[in-house]
Amino acid sequence: MAAKKGTYNLIITGVGGQGNVLSSQLIGQALVGKGFFVTIGETYGASQRGGSVMSHIRISAKKQLSPLIPRGKADIVIGLEPVEALRVLTVYGNSHTVVISNTRPIYPVDVTSGDEKYPGEEEIQGALKGLSRKVYYIPATEKAMEMGSPILGNMIMMGALLELNLLPLSPAEFRETLAGSFKAARLETNLRALEEGKRIVRSA
Amino acid sequence: MSVITLNEPGKELLMMGNEAIARGALEAGVRVGAAYPGTPSTDIIENLAAVASQMGLYVEWSVNEKVALEVASAAAFSGLRAICAMKQNGMNVASDYLLTLNLVGVKTGLVLVACDDPQGHSSNNEQDSRFFAKMADLPLLEPSTFQESKEMTQWAFELSEEVGGVVILRGVTRTSHARGNVVLGKLPPPGGKPYFDRTKQWLTQPLVPKHQQLHHTLDRLEEIYAQSPFNQYLGPERPKLLIITCGTGWLYSQEAVELLALGKKVGILKLGTTWPLPSRMIVDYLKKTERILLVEEVDPFLEGNVKEIAADFSRKIGPKDFFGKKSGHVPPVGEMTADRIVDALAKIFKISYSARSAGYEKRAQQVAKKMLPGRVLGFCAGCPHRASFWSIKNALQMDNRQGFATYDIGCYALGRGPAGYYQLRVGGAMGTGTGLASGFGKLSQLGFEQPVIAMCGDSTFFHSAMPALVNAHYNKSNLVMVILDNSTTAMTGFQPHPGVGRNAMGDEVTPVDIEGVCRAFGAKVEVTDPFDIPGTRKKLLHALEDPEGAKVLIMRRRCQMLKGKDEKPPYRVFVDQRKCIGENCGCDRVCTRVFKCPGLIWDAKEGKSKVDEVICTGCGVCADICPEGAIVKEETK
Repeated sequence: MAAKKGTYNLIITGVGGQGNVLSSQLIGQALVGKGFFVTIGETYGASQRGGSVMSHIRISAKKQLSPLIPRGKADIVIGLEPVEALRVLTVYGNSHTVVISNTRPIYPVDVTSGDEKYPGEEEIQGALKGLSRKVYYIPATEKAMEMGSPILGNMIMMGALLELNLLPLSPAEFRETLAGSFKAARLETNLRALEEGKRIVRSA
Repeated sequence: MSVITLNEPGKELLMMGNEAIARGALEAGVRVGAAYPGTPSTDIIENLAAVASQMGLYVEWSVNEKVALEVASAAAFSGLRAICAMKQNGMNVASDYLLTLNLVGVKTGLVLVACDDPQGHSSNNEQDSRFFAKMADLPLLEPSTFQESKEMTQWAFELSEEVGGVVILRGVTRTSHARGNVVLGKLPPPGGKPYFDRTKQWLTQPLVPKHQQLHHTLDRLEEIYAQSPFNQYLGPERPKLLIITCGTGWLYSQEAVELLALGKKVGILKLGTTWPLPSRMIVDYLKKTERILLVEEVDPFLEGNVKEIAADFSRKIGPKDFFGKKSGHVPPVGEMTADRIVDALAKIFKISYSARSAGYEKRAQQVAKKMLPGRVLGFCAGCPHRASFWSIKNALQMDNRQGFATYDIGCYALGRGPAGYYQLRVGGAMGTGTGLASGFGKLSQLGFEQPVIAMCGDSTFFHSAMPALVNAHYNKSNLVMVILDNSTTAMTGFQPHPGVGRNAMGDEVTPVDIEGVCRAFGAKVEVTDPFDIPGTRKKLLHALEDPEGAKVLIMRRRCQMLKGKDEKPPYRVFVDQRKCIGENCGCDRVCTRVFKCPGLIWDAKEGKSKVDEVICTGCGVCADICPEGAIVKEETK
């Protein structure tokens, strides 16, 4: 388990525009505040342009780790988009990896055109299961849209992550970081999204 | 408030490498910063610009990298410390002045940050800028961590003053555009007043003695570098293998050695000062072992230079086995990873290593092969470029003379792929589209019959397309130049440019009128809104038909990423599924198979098109391309 070896390798993956970079930065900031070494490597450039975007977040009590997780060494994968979670597992997953996946697909244009196929829900769930220790499904985008904006999906996912106690970071500590980063109105909505994530994962 | 101005020495923060460089510059008392935006370097100057008034700095987005270096140099001739930052391609642009400035020298510290992009994540090439340091006989530093990015920047200013010349600091994507721990130092009190001493001349003459002086400085640098804490060794006294590395290789190598449990056999020499190499120090380490593995990004720069030292001191150190990019143990292209070093070490030590069980690996490979649709990069939903390319494609087709388009750098360069219907055929450097088109346009004199469209962005126009347009007019070339004016430098994160009316520090300025500039250059100019598809096509066809001279068509519409921030969507767009006849429509699903906006998806159950309300930005362009009128745009209130 992650905690035993003193390092945590977390990947947040999704599609450009889902707020992945901000989430990883907030988690990193909170953990540096607690005295951890945090390294974040981002694949970007594709941001906002429909490409896959992933952040590697590496946490260590002892030293600064490199910005990319070695293959097969992810402890936790947050999929803001289900196929992206799967894509990450094929390279970085292992049989102990815990996955938290959003359920709503974002279809690549080549799927829409019919040139490529997007796997069915059951097929994705089977594959995620085969490449991890445990998968939590969170209907984050649907919930976020009910709350007013799909971008809140990433904060719902963060709420689920923190509730599962997989990182050396409590929900209260993360809330403090948010309070220092967001203005009042935005903070309030984001805190509600965090709570929503917590609620969903508890009932999962 | 920006974290880079926190005056709390000792405080530890999460910082992007580029922020750490900006902070290091502030701790060194930098007063002037200049750059042209380019990933992965942009955030350095962007961060400084954001705190310019608070910290008493002057910071600008220059029109190109050469001008940026000149602007920064002016400060360094006047007693102020200055920083200039650019991506690898920018180094090519700035190099003309750099290879004059090296001989001239500077009065106060001038640091030139070159950020390379191994793997070309956000670039059109993989380029190793370190060769410029060697070419120009200038000192080169390479940080390996975020803390070093800050400290090395700070030291680079001192070093620049100590040797009286520019210092090049080389970052790469995974140091500059990654984040990690940084402990803050002190911020100095505000600096003095700039003054140019006109009793002194800054010249390259007398040329040969000045060149000689540079070589003396390189010798001095070797001595300075031998004492530098930025060069470190980790490992046993007599390693079975010595890794010599720099930049990202330091952390990756440590992890690779740990993964293979080779800590007792492998030593790592990490170099932060990579030109000139401190040869006597390196000789001491070469003596410790028979085998050396070189780890670095992008080209075998260190590798070649270390081998040169080994040849010079061969009698002292004896024969060695070198492993690296030349031997094939490390891939010679693409970015470095811990995995690549694991592979090299496993091969050298004949260890078999697998990260996961065979069963897992097999399942993972099957999924990778069968279940992962690709995500090609495209234009955002609501992007004006999609509509522009739509018109270009249709106009060239209607023109029917095998016309094609040339291109530069920017979001619109994605038009070379499906997003722009593969209309871009040749180009790829800043301003090159217009230069190439100027050349193609002249071929008509030799029997060439195809029309050519030069695609250019608004920021790129100022960077380097202007001279090419002058060239076209002067040489009576027949071309159509399309300027995709989205009123920002979008690809690098929405920086302003001279046409926007705002500078890097947020001050209002009189915008340069692109239209007026083109007219002054002798071009015939038209402006169109790309969302007006019939109107744009008509103007384009008209320009293509005109056989005389340079024609400019400005397709002007603000980037949707900016527009979406301060304006509500103009339309609610949806598919009236009663009207959509799906595959049976003669259009071959023009909306979802040809137009390809990510906001339009395919409802497989109904066999009809559908709008994805999460993605759609309500631009309404697709409503104008559906032959059945099944896509409806309703004005929002």
